[in-house]
Amino acid sequence: MAQRPVYLNLLRIHLPVAGWVSILHRVSGILLFLAFPLGVWGLSHSLSEEAGFRRMADCVAHPLARLFLLLLIWALAHHLFAGLRHLALDVHWGVNLRWARLSSIAVLLAGSGVALLAGWSLFA
Amino acid sequence: MRSATGSHTGTGTWLLQRATALMLAFALSGLAIYFLTAMPLDFNGWRALFAPLWLRVLMLLVGVALALHAWVGMRDIFMDYVHPTGLRLALYLAVIVTLAGSVAWLAATLWSVA
Repeated sequence: MAQRPVYLNLLRIHLPVAGWVSILHRVSGILLFLAFPLGVWGLSHSLSEEAGFRRMADCVAHPLARLFLLLLIWALAHHLFAGLRHLALDVHWGVNLRWARLSSIAVLLAGSGVALLAGWSLFA
Repeated sequence: MRSATGSHTGTGTWLLQRATALMLAFALSGLAIYFLTAMPLDFNGWRALFAPLWLRVLMLLVGVALALHAWVGMRDIFMDYVHPTGLRLALYLAVIVTLAGSVAWLAATLWSVA
């Protein structure tokens, strides 16, 4: 019998593609949770007075802020697509291995696609 | 004895998560179109976007749905990864305060424009 407890080397575990979609669903969810108060703060500043509006506009024009915004857009897109996949699985659509794998790949591609489009319009 | 943090409300929160997910998917898409088609704007144009009452009501409802959705999601994550009960309850409290505070601040912000 193997020695207990067993410590798994996380770097050597091969996570299936559905596993990546799942863990990224959680990571993106945490990012979006943190973005909520930040977004309200930004909205509050931009609406309060002309100077606040200009400060927020300057802030969003900064490349680092745009990179962060891009991360949030990716998080929102991935979370949305992975969530829609979840809803489909809830009603037993695409639960067999083949379709579950294909839909996982589709979610990853769709999230990346939105991020690419957003990156293009933010940086080009 | 019931444990301090297990409340047998799994089905209810599961359904709440799905209902708010659908609402957010539709409402956020609509709001994204509303704001993106109006860009770019100056300060007065930006404020004018928030003038319609229906928009402020919709954004507040979205904020509430987002808070409920985020609460269930963060709770699930903490249930999976944070095992000491005291620490988990402290994190729950931090999430609730953050979300409730954000919704209240959002309401104050939206109605300061009117």
